[in-house]
Amino acid sequence: MSPQVRVRADGSVRPVRYRAVQPFAIFWLTLVWLALWGAVTPMLVVSGVLVAVLACLAFPLPPVKLESRVRPWPLLILALRFALDVVRASLEVSAVVLRRRPVRNAVVAVDLRSSSDFVMTGVAAMLSLVPGSIVVEARRSTHTLYLHVLDVPDAEAVERFRREALAVEDRFLAAFEPLPAPPAGADRDPRTESAR
Amino acid sequence: MSVGAVLDVLAAACLLVGAGFALVAAVGVVRLPDLLSRMHAATKPQVIGLAFVVTGLALSLRDPSVLGFLALVVLLQMATSVISSHMVGRASFRAGQVRDDLLVVDELSESTQDWEGGRGAP
Repeated sequence: MSPQVRVRADGSVRPVRYRAVQPFAIFWLTLVWLALWGAVTPMLVVSGVLVAVLACLAFPLPPVKLESRVRPWPLLILALRFALDVVRASLEVSAVVLRRRPVRNAVVAVDLRSSSDFVMTGVAAMLSLVPGSIVVEARRSTHTLYLHVLDVPDAEAVERFRREALAVEDRFLAAFEPLPAPPAGADRDPRTESAR
Repeated sequence: MSVGAVLDVLAAACLLVGAGFALVAAVGVVRLPDLLSRMHAATKPQVIGLAFVVTGLALSLRDPSVLGFLALVVLLQMATSVISSHMVGRASFRAGQVRDDLLVVDELSESTQDWEGGRGAP
């Protein structure tokens, strides 16, 4: 995240203060708590919420700007294709490991079409989890991912991988349909403005 | 054959396949030539191996109260392996620990010259 700043009354510039306790984080952390205990009782739910609030206060994080609408059916397709890709690519990496021929790799730049940080993070995580590619560098200014790809014999395979990576982004964008951009200035945090 | 026996056989198969993937990951770490290739072998087949082992466990335990816990194991493994492989790969690239002779193309090194600063999050 590029630093967002606020100006205090005395003129000094400080990082933006976030609201540490976010509803979704509380919900998710409580779910984790219940999964760890392996049971759902009123006492566990109450203690889970308490621990979640404490964790959020101790480790405050900036809120994720989703700015997209979740569509269930494309999301299912995304998840299924992802699971399939992981299994297929796991077998491919296993084959590369076990064969005798030496392996040739490539570092491929993938220019993402979307300019959203959320999409970039999601696509990078999915590409990293599919065996055979690791994100070695992510340039936020141009939304470019640099991936190290295992077993790339020639330039044609490089282009094939680039097409696959962009196809992952397309499926991701279909599942998380971006909302139309708000008019300029409307996306400013009102608390930042009032601090001026 | 009872349902329990079928599930036990499935669980055993899952555990074996998972162990196989973990073995391949270990072989890969020994056999592959450089750090980045080894990261491929070390992180990915091992994650799917773990997923298989956990599925086998769920099938053999058949206890709903551990399902959430086991799902959490796989989920957190996936989340952390992405970050660890990225951090190790990024550090090795920046430290120059990359064997250029193994790369067909290297579009990152071609573009790093015009990076301003070079550190932090560009």
